[in-house]
Amino acid sequence: MWRIVHQFGSPPWVYRFCDRVIPWLLPITVVALLTGSIWGLLFAPTDYKQGDSYRIIYIHVPAAVVALAGYYVMALAGLVSLVWRVKLADTAMRAAAPIGAAYTAIALITGAIWGKPTWGAWWVWDARITSMLILFFLYVGVIALFEAYENKTVAARACAILSLVGTVNIPIIYKSVDWWYSLHQPASIKFTGSSAIDASMLYPLLGMIISFYALFALLMMLNLKQSLTEEYAQSAWLNKRLTA
Amino acid sequence: MYFDSVADALAMGGHGAFVWGAYGISFVIIFFVLLRPIMSIRTLNADIRQEALRKQSAQVAQENAS
Repeated sequence: MWRIVHQFGSPPWVYRFCDRVIPWLLPITVVALLTGSIWGLLFAPTDYKQGDSYRIIYIHVPAAVVALAGYYVMALAGLVSLVWRVKLADTAMRAAAPIGAAYTAIALITGAIWGKPTWGAWWVWDARITSMLILFFLYVGVIALFEAYENKTVAARACAILSLVGTVNIPIIYKSVDWWYSLHQPASIKFTGSSAIDASMLYPLLGMIISFYALFALLMMLNLKQSLTEEYAQSAWLNKRLTA
Repeated sequence: MYFDSVADALAMGGHGAFVWGAYGISFVIIFFVLLRPIMSIRTLNADIRQEALRKQSAQVAQENAS
């Protein structure tokens, strides 16, 4: 058990792990994303109420779900970095921030595009949408805060605190559609009880959610590898690996 | 396929611009977040290899001089 924990704190081990997994995960993820999109766009049936504009769901919901899950990854890495001063944990925290920002941006943009034909407006200051916008600012804030400090140890600590404080926003986003009277529709997929969505629409949606998780893992590894290459450019292990 | 023709699929019941636009923008964003670390790793690796070569040739030159 401790050996595994120790390995996750070892930069050469993590670098090697990423290096080995990326060549497999990259093609699998791209194929899964394209297959899921084609399934959702061309093969899933039309919604009787919203017509074909509902097909945006296959991008919008997976992006939003993983944007929230990704925040936990970033905050947890921040916690580990803050409490145990593991340098790799703040590298992981910084690796998650741009991915989360991109996912949140996708959720917001596709939501706006879906909102126009469905609600008649690109944007409304609704609880769900506003809290998602705050999530976007939190992700961008972590990126910007790290750049703002000259001393990178202090920068990492400030980012960790910001991401931990921002965690309070996550349950608010989840519950926003129940707590406030909202234009945004409530969740269609439930872990307990039956989902309010037919299997012919549910399966492509689940497929896309899994694909977006895979893409998150892939981007996480790419960003980690990029940061490690930058940080350990002078190290013997990396030089040996690259010039062998 | 759910649609009868390619034209129907492109039209999306009148919402074609919205649906295809949403997918298009999303894939452009995904493409760029994927490309950024890949290109950066490539540049960094090239720099590290070049630096290693430079050190190696400097060492050889020093040995020849002595």
